[in-house]
Amino acid sequence: MKNIQVRVNGHPVAREIPDHRLLVDFLRYDLGLTGTKEGCSVGVCGACTVLLNGQPVSSCLALAVMADGGEVTTIEGLAEGDRLHPLQQAFIDYGGFQCGVCTPGQIMASKALLDANPHPTPAQIKEWMMGNLCRCTGYYKIIEAIQAAAAEKTEP
Amino acid sequence: MAVKKEAHHKYRVVGTRPIRPDGIEKVTGRALYGADYYFPGMLFGKILRSPYAHARIKSIKFDKALKLPGVRAIVTADDLPEADRKPQQMGEQQVSPYYLSCNVLARGKVLYDGHPVAAVAATSPHIAEEALRLIEVDYEPLEPVMTADEAMKPGAPILIDDLRNQEEGPDQPTNVATHLQFKRGDLAAGFDAADCVIEREFRTATVHQGYIEPHASVGIWNPDGHATVYTCTQGSFTVRTLATKVLGMPEGNLKVVPSEIGGGFGGKTTIYCEPIALLLAKKTGHPVKVTMSRSEVLRATGPTSGIHERVKIGVTKEGRITAAQVWMAYEAGAFPGSPMAPGAMTVITSYDIPNLLIDGYDVVVNRPKTCAYRAPGATAAAFGVETVLDELAEQIGIDPLDLRIMNGAHEGTQQPFGPVFKRIGFIETCEALKASEHYNSKLTGANRGRGVAAGFWFNAGFQSSASVYVNQDGTASVVTGSVDIGGSRASMAMIAAEVLGLPIDEVRPVVADTDSIGYTDVTAGSRVTFATGMAVYNAAQDVVRQLKERAAKMWECTPDDVEFDNGVLRTRGDVLQPQQLTLKELAARFIRTGGPVVGRASVSTGGAGAGPAFAAICVDVEVDPDTGKVQILRVTIAQDVGTAIHPSYVEGQLQGGTAQGIGWALNEEYVYDSKGVLRNTGLLDYRMPTCLDLPAIETILVEVPNPTHPLGVRGVGEVSIVPPPAAIANAIYRATGVRMRELPMSPPRLMKALQEHRNSREGQAAAGR
Repeated sequence: MKNIQVRVNGHPVAREIPDHRLLVDFLRYDLGLTGTKEGCSVGVCGACTVLLNGQPVSSCLALAVMADGGEVTTIEGLAEGDRLHPLQQAFIDYGGFQCGVCTPGQIMASKALLDANPHPTPAQIKEWMMGNLCRCTGYYKIIEAIQAAAAEKTEP
Repeated sequence: MAVKKEAHHKYRVVGTRPIRPDGIEKVTGRALYGADYYFPGMLFGKILRSPYAHARIKSIKFDKALKLPGVRAIVTADDLPEADRKPQQMGEQQVSPYYLSCNVLARGKVLYDGHPVAAVAATSPHIAEEALRLIEVDYEPLEPVMTADEAMKPGAPILIDDLRNQEEGPDQPTNVATHLQFKRGDLAAGFDAADCVIEREFRTATVHQGYIEPHASVGIWNPDGHATVYTCTQGSFTVRTLATKVLGMPEGNLKVVPSEIGGGFGGKTTIYCEPIALLLAKKTGHPVKVTMSRSEVLRATGPTSGIHERVKIGVTKEGRITAAQVWMAYEAGAFPGSPMAPGAMTVITSYDIPNLLIDGYDVVVNRPKTCAYRAPGATAAAFGVETVLDELAEQIGIDPLDLRIMNGAHEGTQQPFGPVFKRIGFIETCEALKASEHYNSKLTGANRGRGVAAGFWFNAGFQSSASVYVNQDGTASVVTGSVDIGGSRASMAMIAAEVLGLPIDEVRPVVADTDSIGYTDVTAGSRVTFATGMAVYNAAQDVVRQLKERAAKMWECTPDDVEFDNGVLRTRGDVLQPQQLTLKELAARFIRTGGPVVGRASVSTGGAGAGPAFAAICVDVEVDPDTGKVQILRVTIAQDVGTAIHPSYVEGQLQGGTAQGIGWALNEEYVYDSKGVLRNTGLLDYRMPTCLDLPAIETILVEVPNPTHPLGVRGVGEVSIVPPPAAIANAIYRATGVRMRELPMSPPRLMKALQEHRNSREGQAAAGR
């Protein structure tokens, strides 16, 4: 067991957890933040993407102890009060999802992209987002949503 | 994206593109999917699975596992009643409760790698997993039978001892569950009348639906025998029927609460975790959650069949198809029930052919029991026919789309299995593709080619219920039993808003559990916007009828004297003093005019499905001659979509189906070793398309209204998956000169074919010297 202290979505959290606790289980099971989804358990599908110290990570591959002393942002921490993050709004406006289960991961990965590169080209978006599988949309509307959020476009 | 004829001037809401009502929940992480439920005192279930493809279970010992601290219960097939063997109509499917039960927990024999044998409930998932290792199962391994070809050979090992079919008779054990045949005309005469006859053989691999959300269920059992299961499913009522049959309990004692669903594509139309979670809950007295891992999903939930297909088609030199013969064997997996029948019913139904013979076989093999996958059976079947048509068009020198248009089914064409088509849009769809900018553009460059293909899917109808409640402030709630898998809340709200004359954001769509709405069949068969939409339309009309009665009472006239238009009630000016009241004004007076207004409707569309749907696709590819990798350069899909309620979401269905068809064509396949053990049980090796693999999929919506629906709605969800594999094979041929007749056309397989092609060309050149 190990005591860890993490800022999760801006709030300090202290927990005693087993050393082998995965970050995804820490978020979902210990903290009840079920917005982060587990799709493949091997870091391929991207559904569990969260930001650890600003960097996108597959929380199904990261140990919770790796977040000790650090900062984790999940899909639950993106909106400010009742104001959605521009990416969240764009995914709704542009139909960037159908079933919605990959969406938290898609949005967190694309947030990391726009943080690193606020005006990516479509090719750069695809290159960055290839680690996030979507089985419903064929990706077109996801790419469109990210482009719109980057351009701060609000209407389709 | 191009939309043909998208101007529904007669509709106010239908045909517009509002944002979806469940959008916020899904972008904020609030939407609860199957694995997201937590209850006080909840235990975690894990499933012990067979490491053998085919074996007899001699004994199961779990004393040691039960002693592990934290373990609360272990169940095996002995905890289930022996279910009825006779196939029964359960929802949309014919299912033998016995086979279903044996698939949930193996009884006597395991029939595939991953077949559930026992399940544990413990205080943590890790303890449950550890307990699995302490369960001792004594197996007697048997020879696995992995393909339909092997399974149909005389003397093949038999999977199910008591399986019989009509042809072979009651004394002959067999692996063939069903042989289906459709016949028409004089086949020999038809082929004699042809100028060109081509016969080819095809094979397709087992592929999975690949939904991103693994299956998960939470079972809760009350001491009075009433139970609840929270589960990710496409059909809450289907789960209720199937699970209660397997558990031997009255149907009314189980409440099924559908979670949000993270994709299904047909794969979540049966039961896996549900009865196990319920059984463990019953045994422990605690809520029990069973969540599958990805490898469990791939090993042990229903993929769709690999098939073996032979296609023979004859045409005149003018391009008229004179005869066609198709033979197909579908691998059902461990128990009968492949999508062979819909495969046979769709394989060549797009065409008007005088002489036909179609044979289909449903064959059990040591693979997981297949489940529906988007247009079940049609994609693999179309691969052969649409490739042979391409060869024929080339042989007689006509445009491949013209060949399809010339022979295309239309209103009045009889389908091979009997019914006559009503108004359909196959020819319009092919013509729209032929007229597209894409098809008429020039494709240049080495190793590049363009291919086309078409597809058909009949779409389902079935039963649905809906309620529409008008609130006191004049807003409305629409309650249905249809799980929302890709935006159907939006289309349900739009249909009610259209009828009631309300703005879309004043209509709240709700997906109810099985105790809270009338029976509703699965979200499958492209049926929800059609059939549940029809129930919503009728329920909203029921509201309108009642509103008119209320107004008539107030105005002291008859309901027939009241008109309702765009949210406003009026007396008919020609008869009476003009009176007027908005829906909102009337709603405020419900309390004094007879109480709340509740509109209700249920529909059973009987045999009439959601209107036949057709798609045609044009694909440009580039083949890397050194690796065999195929890059998709451009794709355009045209589809007959009926009235598009929400055109963006219709486009989304076309794009999603096309993407899955591309994955099926190029990369996806189950890889078994010689012992029948699945070797690619993760998404690293079961390779689904990423955004880098796909271009922007261009769509052409061809809106031919469906005459059997009040708004002209046609099912749109499935047919888009059907044409891509054949279109890509045809494009690869144009790029390389090689005809691919096996799926997937993955780099190693294509590389081998390219090498053989080069060798044979060099051989021919050497012989010519």
